[in-house]
Amino acid sequence: MNPQELKQQLEALLPSPTFEEGGEWTTLYTDPATWAETARRLRTTKVLDLDYLFCVTAVDWKTHFTMVYHLSSTTHRHTLVVKIRLDHEHPEVATVSDIWRTAEFHEREAYDLMGVVFTGHPDLRRLFMTDDWKGWPLRKDYEDPVNMIKL
Amino acid sequence: MDVRQTFPGQVHPTAGGGILVTKLDEVINWARSNSLWPLVFGTSCCAIEMMSTASAKYDWSRFGFEVARATPRQADVIIIAGTIVNKMAPVLKRLYDQMPDPKYVIAMGACATSGGPFFYNTYSVVKGADHVIPVDVYVAGCPPRPEALLHALITLQEKIRSGAS
Repeated sequence: MNPQELKQQLEALLPSPTFEEGGEWTTLYTDPATWAETARRLRTTKVLDLDYLFCVTAVDWKTHFTMVYHLSSTTHRHTLVVKIRLDHEHPEVATVSDIWRTAEFHEREAYDLMGVVFTGHPDLRRLFMTDDWKGWPLRKDYEDPVNMIKL
Repeated sequence: MDVRQTFPGQVHPTAGGGILVTKLDEVINWARSNSLWPLVFGTSCCAIEMMSTASAKYDWSRFGFEVARATPRQADVIIIAGTIVNKMAPVLKRLYDQMPDPKYVIAMGACATSGGPFFYNTYSVVKGADHVIPVDVYVAGCPPRPEALLHALITLQEKIRSGAS
């Protein structure tokens, strides 16, 4: 499916979707409240069949966080990017590990390094850092006077 | 390198052969320097250059390094080829402790020398492998070219032969 057709399908599927223009892939904006339902539809709708989640990213913009999900279809060969804006104080979003199993580890990584909480995740523990680690090392405001030499 | 250039001692010719005058310690050091078995250990991109140094084009076996060992029990020299992070530091220490004496360490590249590009604003990187284990030879570069690593290995050989290590 080409990006134009993909957009039309999404407009038919979702209530008033918003898109970001100018990227390589079709980029859909959604919000934490509707993400769980949107994700389920993206996965189960036959014409979309987005069965492969190949990247989960958390971006710290200092004022807010953005979650970025890269989805693709192994049958239709199209790609969709979904972005969700999260609150900086309490970044929280529903897990998609029940829809795409791979998200289980991707979300643990985002939790470990950025402190994004994924509600409903079956095993939200630290992944790379030690279990007793304090803080979220990839956040822009992260301070660590023991290990870090500030420039 | 020609053995006659580096062998310690003099040969006094006599009828039917010769008499060798040398010191046993120096002969042992000379032998050790020509048979350094490196440990297979690489933590990042420097390891690619290390593999290149081992391969046919640069061929470190010309100097006695060809027998790379996958176990520290049989290795003489550990080439720290890459970044050492805080979680890797105890592993590096254990590998070093498991190597039999005499053992030698080469810090290859900026990361192993000082943390390199990860010196500032990094929560996870050890700022130089010499915080964990003692280092004999440091190599500059990011990553160093195979020629630089060969030079470091030859420098280590000279250091061993001189009795300094």
